[in-house]
Amino acid sequence: MPDGGAAICSRCGCTLFRRQRRTVEFTLALVSAAAILFVVANAYPFLSFEMQGQVTQTTLGSGTLALWDQKQHAVALLVVWTTIVAPALQIGLLIFVLAPIHLRFSAPGAVTAFRWVEHCRPWSMMEVFLIGILVAVVKLSDMANIIPGLALWAFGLLIPVLAGASSFLDSEIVWREIGDLE
Amino acid sequence: MTAAALGRLRRAHAQCHTCSLVVATPNGPDAPLRCPRCRASIHRRKPNSLARTWALLLAAIICYVPANLYPVMEVTTLGRSQADTILSGVIYLYVHGTWPLAVIVFIASVVVPILKIITLASLALSVERSSQWRPRDRARLYRIVEAVGRWSMVDVYVVTILVALVHLGSLASVEARLGAVFFGTVVVLTILAAESFDPRLIWDRLEDGSKASGVQHEGDRDGE
Repeated sequence: MPDGGAAICSRCGCTLFRRQRRTVEFTLALVSAAAILFVVANAYPFLSFEMQGQVTQTTLGSGTLALWDQKQHAVALLVVWTTIVAPALQIGLLIFVLAPIHLRFSAPGAVTAFRWVEHCRPWSMMEVFLIGILVAVVKLSDMANIIPGLALWAFGLLIPVLAGASSFLDSEIVWREIGDLE
Repeated sequence: MTAAALGRLRRAHAQCHTCSLVVATPNGPDAPLRCPRCRASIHRRKPNSLARTWALLLAAIICYVPANLYPVMEVTTLGRSQADTILSGVIYLYVHGTWPLAVIVFIASVVVPILKIITLASLALSVERSSQWRPRDRARLYRIVEAVGRWSMVDVYVVTILVALVHLGSLASVEARLGAVFFGTVVVLTILAAESFDPRLIWDRLEDGSKASGVQHEGDRDGE
């Protein structure tokens, strides 16, 4: 299988896997960048709302807290899971799995960690959240002044970086490396 | 390799659903077994795939009705309250905002959930009835449904952001309403339903069908 080549199921046409050159190094680099951007995206407000001199602003966490205060616990949990916990697990666990492979030592729990990376993948919905921000801005724009915050730019960068990381990730090679190191 | 040999090979092996390793199943396909590489339990097919898919789909259909009838949020500006359902939110965007965004939200929160439920139900039905109809296209349909479902979450996020930003008491405030709970439930249920459906069942039924009629089909040929 050549680098960059893909295995395609001859029966249903589904891509089985894509062989990536230096998958561990490239993915690790992008995920590390994603980790920094993720912290910025969570620490700073992404939107400020100004109406008749009064200003409110929101971060990812405070948004879900507001939902929780309105007794919408289920929705709040769903939002926390898809925009904070699942992406954080995905980024954190990938670093935890890939860094030891790069440095050639065996990390305890790497198998469980990488299984969780695969489980979290469909639930990490940062790119959908960005469209949500866009829609919210349009809805509020004739009601008040909307000021984009620092976290919004971090979001905008985070999404292509995360997409790059997952396209460079060759799970097959990572599983094999985990097995070799154990 | 002959078709018979390939069939024997297939029956004696299973692929791990988590790490894709192909594992030999010496004690038969249904004996309990753990993947030697990732320690997930090995199944030849996703367990109870059809029953789970149907149950989750049914629950999604039930929740879909209140998700669209109840308002997802209530906007109060200068003492005036207005409740918004999913659909009225789209209409508001079309009238006051920009139409491309209205189209995106309409597709993400109205078209995608309906099409997803209909598509998964007809895929499950086609497997149930051992359909021989265009298996490749059905498999492609499944992959599209799997990829597109997450975008329905947009409306849940919009409600979250509005609730978080607009809380200036009687001047302006937004409150989440029951519809948001049901809508979020529909999205989660359809994602789980798509995850529990096993597209390989499409070919299993194809094999069963051709075995009965004695026809050798595409899947048993060696490579393509």
